[in-house]
Amino acid sequence: MEVTQAHLDRIAAVDGAVHAFLYLDAAAALSAAAAVDDRVQRADPPASPLAGVPLALKDVFTTVDMPTTCGSRTLQDWWPPYDATVTCRLREAGVVILGKTNMDEFAMGSSTENSAYGPTHNPWDLDRVPGGSGGGSAAAVAAFEVPLAIGTDTGGSIRQPSAVTGTVGVKPTYGGVSRYGLVAFSSSLDQGGPVARTVLDAALLHEVIGGYDPLDSTSIAAPVPPVVQAAHAGATGDLTGLRVGVVSQFRGEGYQPGVLRAFEIAVSRLRELGAHVVEVSCPSFDYALPAYYLIAPSECSSNLARFDGMRYGLRVGDDGSRSAEEVMSLTRAAGFGPEVKRRIMLGTYALSAGYYDAYYGQAQKVRTLIIRDFAAAFERVDVLVSPTTPTTAFGLGERVEDPLAMYLSDLCTIPANLAGNAALSVPAGCSDDDGLPVGLQVMAPSLADDRAYRVAAAYEVARDAADGGPLAHRVPELTEDRLPGPNRAGVVGR
Amino acid sequence: MPAISRDEVAHLARLARLTVTEEELALFASQLEVILTSVARVSEVAAVDVPPTSHAVGLTNVFRADSPRPGLTQQQALCGAYATEDGRFRVPRILDES
Repeated sequence: MEVTQAHLDRIAAVDGAVHAFLYLDAAAALSAAAAVDDRVQRADPPASPLAGVPLALKDVFTTVDMPTTCGSRTLQDWWPPYDATVTCRLREAGVVILGKTNMDEFAMGSSTENSAYGPTHNPWDLDRVPGGSGGGSAAAVAAFEVPLAIGTDTGGSIRQPSAVTGTVGVKPTYGGVSRYGLVAFSSSLDQGGPVARTVLDAALLHEVIGGYDPLDSTSIAAPVPPVVQAAHAGATGDLTGLRVGVVSQFRGEGYQPGVLRAFEIAVSRLRELGAHVVEVSCPSFDYALPAYYLIAPSECSSNLARFDGMRYGLRVGDDGSRSAEEVMSLTRAAGFGPEVKRRIMLGTYALSAGYYDAYYGQAQKVRTLIIRDFAAAFERVDVLVSPTTPTTAFGLGERVEDPLAMYLSDLCTIPANLAGNAALSVPAGCSDDDGLPVGLQVMAPSLADDRAYRVAAAYEVARDAADGGPLAHRVPELTEDRLPGPNRAGVVGR
Repeated sequence: MPAISRDEVAHLARLARLTVTEEELALFASQLEVILTSVARVSEVAAVDVPPTSHAVGLTNVFRADSPRPGLTQQQALCGAYATEDGRFRVPRILDES
């Protein structure tokens, strides 16, 4: 309970500035923590090593005892009638869910600026974005508000925020973590995963939430890969014989020089650990971004059709004079932000008769080519590496008016979503041009998530040793003078 | 090179049940045009013989045993509703008067 209280105190102190949380339930958290303590007292401790550990849950997972807004007005104050499988597994393990974190609306975005409830601020520089769509989860971990968080990654929404906040973020193999109760954005791409400050913590969390779920028909009928074991094995710091491929497409124009330099240093560190590094070309990756921005909006236009105001969520304009269709249109116009509307229209266009083959159909072919490039690459190497994202955290407001510029944040992360294989971001120090965190992305074949963890764990040990300590501990103090005035939105809760 | 007109955007909005203002129509038309131009690159790639992939995992026909189990109760299903009546969702008229 002391641990939970300490984190609640921390949140009270800094979340006015960071705004990672949309909802906090201190009473329920303390009660859950007390229940764990009670079992320990009675010499019947919960089996999970994460019992009693506080956690923040991205507000896209359903929870019966907390609202689930998905960062949208459409679901403001919506209390789901069921828990997501991820939620259930966390509760069963005795993890203490403190609250729900901020996100780009319906997981669409790379900065958390598309949240209907105001942006989250990067703890490393409060005037910068924490990345997105899972900026709240990443910022909460980076600011030491929680040691663990859960995010979702459709085009990079766990990995990119982790890269720009100096945290570890993992996108498991698609199908590795249940999507039951994960409000769908793009069903063939969405995947829930862990966010933490260390590779081992992420692995422990991955083990709790992962595994087959009969309620999710896209769930893989296989046990969670041995990620915890791999994290421990990697911590010996020995990567002798490991074949590493540097993706040649992920460099050059559009990449911040400081990020590329930090990446090169990371790669040489892998060599020092015994890895054999080669360059690997995956030509289809150049088409990953356009393919994604056809597939994801298409799937989203279908998935978001359910938000029509008829059965739950916002309803606007029902004054007795209007038809259901008119009310639906007004409701959706009022409930969705501009990015969501753009993607719905883009998807509607791409799927419409006459355009389907040229856009969506072609994008699905690109997807096949990307899968083939990964397969070919993994014949030659064990893992692929790249910078997680081309730049460090950009400023709040900097890219909001320019959707394409925003989309470029996902350049390196998208291929793994399209192919479904495992990928993670591990902190790789700071950029020498602005002192902000940089992420190293490690990609492994599908179902070989453990391989990525092993490499990340080894790298983490070497990097911590060289830098004199973990990057996470170098996050600036969130002192009084950095905390804003009284008109900043506070934390909602009870 | 796709050029998307305001009329097309208005049509898409109608299909997607999204009311848009005049300003939004203009803004979205220009933004969508930029995005569509960029994503049209996918046509540069892939010969006719490349099969499309809709799903990375490639599962087929995932079924469960045909045995009944409880779903949401009526109360649970109605709990988020804006308006209910007689244990049903109360919605605006669907059919036209005429």
